[in-house]
Formats: sequence, C-alpha cells, structure tokens
Amino acid sequence: MWTYVARRLLQSVFVIVGVTVISFVALHMGGDPTYLFVSERATAEEIAETRAKLGFDRPLPEQYLSFAAGLVQGDLGNSLTYKTPALDVIALHFPATLELTIVAIILAIVISVPLGILAALKRGTAIDGGIMTLAMFGQSMPSFWLGIMMILFIGLGLGWLPISGHVPVLEPLLAGDFGKAFGNIPAAATYVLMPALTVAFFSISRNARLVRSSMLEVLGQDFIRPARAQGLAEREVVVGHALRNAWLPVVTMIGLEFGFMLSGVVVVETIFSWPGLGRLVFNAINQRDIPLVQAAVVVFAVTFVTLNLIVDLIYARLDPRIRLT
Amino acid sequence: MTATSEPMTAGQPQDAVPLDDWRRTLRRAWRSLVRARWPLVALLILAVVGLAAAIGPSVAPRDPNRQAIMARLKPPMAVDRQGKVDYVLGTDALGRDVLSRLIYGARISVVVGLAAVVIGGILGTVLGLVAGYFGGWIDDIIMRIADIQLAFPFILLAIMFLIVLGPGVWNLIIILGIGQWVTYARIARGQTIAQREKEYVDAAKALGARTSTILFQTILPNILAPLTVIASFNVASVILSEAALSFLGLGVPPTVPTWGGMLAESREQLLAGRWWLAIFPGVAIMATVLSFNILGDWLRDFLDPRLQTTG
Repeated sequence: MWTYVARRLLQSVFVIVGVTVISFVALHMGGDPTYLFVSERATAEEIAETRAKLGFDRPLPEQYLSFAAGLVQGDLGNSLTYKTPALDVIALHFPATLELTIVAIILAIVISVPLGILAALKRGTAIDGGIMTLAMFGQSMPSFWLGIMMILFIGLGLGWLPISGHVPVLEPLLAGDFGKAFGNIPAAATYVLMPALTVAFFSISRNARLVRSSMLEVLGQDFIRPARAQGLAEREVVVGHALRNAWLPVVTMIGLEFGFMLSGVVVVETIFSWPGLGRLVFNAINQRDIPLVQAAVVVFAVTFVTLNLIVDLIYARLDPRIRLT
Repeated sequence: MTATSEPMTAGQPQDAVPLDDWRRTLRRAWRSLVRARWPLVALLILAVVGLAAAIGPSVAPRDPNRQAIMARLKPPMAVDRQGKVDYVLGTDALGRDVLSRLIYGARISVVVGLAAVVIGGILGTVLGLVAGYFGGWIDDIIMRIADIQLAFPFILLAIMFLIVLGPGVWNLIIILGIGQWVTYARIARGQTIAQREKEYVDAAKALGARTSTILFQTILPNILAPLTVIASFNVASVILSEAALSFLGLGVPPTVPTWGGMLAESREQLLAGRWWLAIFPGVAIMATVLSFNILGDWLRDFLDPRLQTTG
C-alpha cells in the first residue's frame, strides 16, 4: 500500500510541475509578456520599469525558477485589477465555488445512480429507452445553454427559483458562525439549485449510462445466479450483490467529474452571477488580468490533482487488486 | 475493418483490398443505418449543417453582420407593414438577422470541430503507433506526457493559451487539436501492442519492409476502426468546447458569428424575454452535437466485431 501511495504522490507532484511549466510557456508564447501587464498608453519607461519589476528581462530558466519558488511559498503575483495578491482574491471566491461543486456532485450521484439502476433493471423497455434518450441529450447540450434555458423557463417563466445571486453557507461555517450558516441553508438551497443542476447535468447523463452498463455487466456475471437460485428477493440481489460490485467504476468517475465540474463552473457561474472562482476567471479574462487567470488555473490544477489523488487512494483501499498492479 | 479479414496484404497499401469488399461494406452500413433509423436522421441533420457551412454565404438571406437600427429585436416570423415576414428567426439587439448568423455560425463549428479532430487524431495516432511499436523509453516518455495532460481539465489550459495568443480560428483549432491527442494515442498504442506480435507484421518485417511502412501501411489500417469511432464522439465534444470558449469570448474575433458567441450575447436580452436569441443557437449546437454522438454510437456497434453477424 505504501509504495502505491508514494508512487501516486510522486505522480501528482509531477503533474503539478507539468501544469506550471505549461502555464509558464503559455505566458511567454505571445512574445514579451510585459505588454500583457501594462496599459495600452504606457510609456517606454513604464514598460521597461514593469519588465524589470516582474523580472521579464531575466533568462527564461531563471524566470521559471522564481515563478516556481513563488508558487511553493504561496505567492502567485498580484492581480492587476484588484491590486492585491492573486491568491488572496482567489481564496475569497473559493468557498462559493466549493459549495456549488459539492451540491452538484451530490445531485449527480443521487440522480444518476437510481436512474442507471432503473434503466438496467428495465432493460429494453420504454423506461430504459426514455432514460437513455435523456442521457444522450444531456451529453449533447452545452451546459451554459441548459443554464440559460432554466433561467428562461423555470426562473422567468414559472418564477419558481431565483435566477441569480448566492446566499453563503460555507463562508459563515468556516468563520465559525454555525447559527448563521444553518439559518442560511433554506435560502441558499433555492439559489444553488439551478446552477448546481446545470453543472451536474452532463455528469448525470454520463453516469446514468455508466451505472447502467456497469449494472448490466455485473448482473450477467456468475455470482449473481446462485444468489437468485437461493431464492433471494430481487431487491436483495440488486442491492446486496450487484450494486456492491457495480459501484467501483462509479467511484473513479466521480473523482474525475469533480475536477471537470470545477472547470465547468467558469461558464455556469457567469450565467447565474454566482460569486465564485468561475465568474472571477471570466471577469479576469475580459479585463485581461493575466496573473489572476494564471493563478486561478494553477489553483484549479492543484485542487483537481489533490482530489484525484484522494479518490485513487480511497479506491485502492476498496479494491486490493489496484495496489498490486 | 475490411483489412482484418485480409491479413496477408502485409506491407501493401489499403487499396489492394478488392473493390467488391468496400462496396459490400458500404451496402451493409447503409442497411444498418436505415434499420437503426436515428443514425439516419443524425446523418440528415449533419448534411444540413455541413451544407450551411459549405455554401452558407450564398443561401443566407442577409449579411450576418449588417446592422439595421430600425429592425432591432424583431421576434421570429414578425410581419412588417406590407404583411411580409422579413426575419424568419428574428433579429438581435443590433438588428442583425438571426437566421443568417446561424448559417454563418455553422461554418466555425464544423471547421473547428473537424480540423481539431484531424489534427489531434493524426498527432495522437502517430504518437500512439510509435509508443506501442517501439515500447521502452519512447513509450514511457509519450505516455507520461499523456498522463499529465489527462490529469488536468484541458479547457483551463486552452483558456490560458487563448488569452495570451488572442482570438483566431487557427489558434482555436490548434489548441483544441492538441487537447485531443491523448485519447487517440492511448487507443492507438493499445491496439498497436496487440497487433505488433501478429504474424502478418512478422511477415512484413521478414520481407524487409521499412519501419515506417510497417507502421503506417501494415498496422495502421488494422487499428483504424476504434479510432474512427472515437473521432465521431470527439467531434461532438470539440464542438461543445468551441461553443464554451466562444461563449467566454476566447474563440474567434467578435465580428465572426458563432453559435457560442450568439448565446453569450443573448444573455443581455434574457430578462426582457427575448427567448429567440437564446433558443435557436442552442438548438443548433445541440442538434449538431447530438447527431455526432448518435452516429458515434451507431458506428461503434457497426464496427464492433463481437456484434457483427458476418465477417
């Protein structure tokens, strides 16, 4: 187990270094990056000054090393628009994004798993066909369009849910104000439902298909027949025997989904004016606040890699076969 | 997949396969398409989209960028004073014709989707072939790079590159293309390893064929089937990525109409209830992507030898 943990850790470090190298290369691809950091009316002196201040006049390897050193110390440069350290700005917006992603992942699981099981059990019927058609549509829809449609029909047309805004839960919770955090939950739920469903919809569709095929595979295997032959109720066969074996691929998938949801929030948060990291990145893109975009991408990367690492370790604990390969 | 039944064509170009075989496969494909119905509908939709992309400028009713202040925000099928319908799908906030913009938008989606998949597909297939055939440290290096890329949502890297490079069709195609190679490389590698030890490869080697001949003329034709299936799904996901990047304003210059860009603009009109600006581009994206996904599903079933009754 420990060699496996060590190997996975090393791999994760490798990936993060890779991402920083790529983000560094990206910054330098358009020529002298100084021009990305000064206003269009900047004088030659101002440009030269900025270049020296940001170290763009130094050799590239040296620049990368100081960039990496800054990263290790938690310094990713200053945001151009906020004039404060980029990492502080990100930290301020992170809880809202985490809230959205957590709700989305919960929705994805509680909707997709039962749908997938149902489709597998009713294989070949209209129910199966309906669920799979829906899943096919879900995988073919841009998430931001789904969000816009929900705003149009559920928010504006029916007036059931608020179309933008956010009531914080995680933030008071982290600040230790439990009363406020719990008091906020009912209101927060109405605000989070549409954005979270938008973020989750692609995953719901993909997982429903995955759970279905995984269930069908397990139900066709040899150990299911004796369970049936023993006269176990169908429910027990499904839940006790089949599901227990079918959910392993789902666990891996969910780990990956978490990361992809993090990237999906960029557009969804923008649509619903959700004050998280995604909208921050969107605004930073429009204001060409490059250090902020870069810092956010690195933060996304580290979060993504860490989550994957955790999922893989859980997975390895659940399935001893993994550790041996 | 025809070549799998002809393993003795070692070192021969693909067209050495008798023409009859191709015709028979095509006929079988057509029958399967008709029987499955939905893939046929998908094919029809893609034909319409493809046509719009190819000859859009000559069929679009108007210049997609011409603004008409007097005709701003006209709903679809609005009748003017002469009792004529000028704008079938309405106009946007600048009085531009939505239908014309949709038709022009098809071009970007189709071109970017196909071109990125071709670039990613060729890059990935070549690297996968090389990694699988040679193994050893070459394999290690290529697959470790693939692991890094796969361990990270590529759209974020795309955002970073595009914000520095600036908008442009070519930038978009190259970035999205590079984003796709890993999928092809992994499959090509796995398939190559499976084919490497087969007798027909040994035969080609014994005949003194060059390595490049073995890779691209002996092995490649035999591993194309799964790669084709992936490509179909891949076009769908690239079109979604392109739409998202255009939505973020990172795709092509704002003067070029795109479906994603139209959706971005529609947001400002949402509260006022201008639904047509949001619905039509979204339906266009979904219909196209859905069609590629359905075709991919069908192609997978069609090419999967385990499901085939003949051959």
